[in-house]
Amino acid sequence: MSQLRGWKELPLGAVAFRLSTDYKTGDWRALKPVVDHNKCVKCMLCWIFCPDMAVIWDGEKIVINYDYCKGCGICAHECPVKAIQMVPEFEEG
Amino acid sequence: MAVVTPKVPPEKQTLLNVNGDEAVAWAVKQSLVDVVAAYPITPQTIIVEKFSEFVANGEVHTEFIAVESEHSAMSACVGAAAAGARAFTATAANGLALMWEILYIAASLRLPIVLAVVNRALSAPINIHCDHNDAYGMRDSGWVQLFVENVQEAYDTTIQAFKIAEDERVLLPVAVNLDGFFLSHTLENIRILPDKVVHEFLGGYRKIPKVKVDYFDEEVPLTLNPAKPLTFGPLDLYDYYFEHKMHQVEAMKNVPEVVREVNEKWYEISGRRYGDGILDTYGVEDADIIVTVLGSTAGTVRYVVKKLRREGKKVGMIRIRMFRPFPHKEIAEILKNAKVVGVMDRGISFGSYGQSFLDINASLYDLKERPILVNYIYGLGGRDASPELIEKMFKELLEIAETGVVKEKIRFLGVRE
Repeated sequence: MSQLRGWKELPLGAVAFRLSTDYKTGDWRALKPVVDHNKCVKCMLCWIFCPDMAVIWDGEKIVINYDYCKGCGICAHECPVKAIQMVPEFEEG
Repeated sequence: MAVVTPKVPPEKQTLLNVNGDEAVAWAVKQSLVDVVAAYPITPQTIIVEKFSEFVANGEVHTEFIAVESEHSAMSACVGAAAAGARAFTATAANGLALMWEILYIAASLRLPIVLAVVNRALSAPINIHCDHNDAYGMRDSGWVQLFVENVQEAYDTTIQAFKIAEDERVLLPVAVNLDGFFLSHTLENIRILPDKVVHEFLGGYRKIPKVKVDYFDEEVPLTLNPAKPLTFGPLDLYDYYFEHKMHQVEAMKNVPEVVREVNEKWYEISGRRYGDGILDTYGVEDADIIVTVLGSTAGTVRYVVKKLRREGKKVGMIRIRMFRPFPHKEIAEILKNAKVVGVMDRGISFGSYGQSFLDINASLYDLKERPILVNYIYGLGGRDASPELIEKMFKELLEIAETGVVKEKIRFLGVRE
């Protein structure tokens, strides 16, 4: 993380000075979706339902983009074959 | 202030017999406004009603958006202005209250929207008449607030408002306040400038300021443009929000000089000016008693000041034309030699004083010798402020000057017990 800028260095109108893709928002996550590719039938329901477009099709299989996944669990909930498990991001205690 | 022959002499200006609302509509018509989004509310309705006629007749290029609420009206103006348009809307009282959260957004995104506020009392009980508590309610939203005294000034100031708002030193939205019914529905003969002169005064269509962001090598226009995308109003937490508020603080500092310049420039063109653009004074030079007032009541106060002056009383008045940013230093400079100051507020912050009183009180604190200050709350819900009532106030202030005794710091002028 670069040093925080002073107000004199910021652009007019409070517009973002960096691209939105530069801001990684995945660190909000408490639970992390983990895909079992042996179970996955590639129905793409998770890709459709993900509110953050954090499910990506890499040409062969689905991949979770952990830079933006907030861990909401919608993908795991919608998966018809229970191929996605929500795993705690951190060890308890 | 030197007297000059106006570029457009009075005889070359068109005489119109219009009310305050129509005068604002005419000003907007001549100001090359791209988008008007509005919702009707008394006593503002005539502005957009008249303007929609101009649109229907093809007399303007403006996109007229009929919205479902004032919240939407201001939202549409924010979107339009962010896309680079010159945008205008008008409202009053409850409508302004419904706009509230978007007012803050317009100001912090630095969008030079112009809003005509036809001052009216807030409910309950429901009342459609003049009161300044609606405007005082948007005091802290980051808007420039100008108050006019008559219909001519409503026309002049609406055009000036675009010039002030879009000045690169300012880039803030401007609210033009005119008193409900006293101005909005009262006919007056006014003079308007030729379209071409107004266009030249404004420099044509709106110019878009430029901005530098990390991901473009060069400065880009501060607009919603898919070819050069910018993110407006994103999440901004404790790490940057405070810095962005400083931008608004700084922009406000530049407003007085721009308002003064625009007032003078308008004078050169039209022959009309309003004090120095910020404060409009009468008889203050040697006055022991000075009354401050906003809006149309200033005409009545001036009348009473003239009458009392003829009787040999050393009285004067200040009309506060620019309420935000508040001219603290300028007003202190005038009031420092007075003995007693009466501050008239057509509104009140319940549990405190009238809103202009708070600012004037703050303006005077640093003076070594301060005048006595009395707050007069008057005219709520359109209650008439007659010359007799104002004369009664001056008599009280003269008595205080003599005795030095203030019985009540806050007085309610013209209310029944």
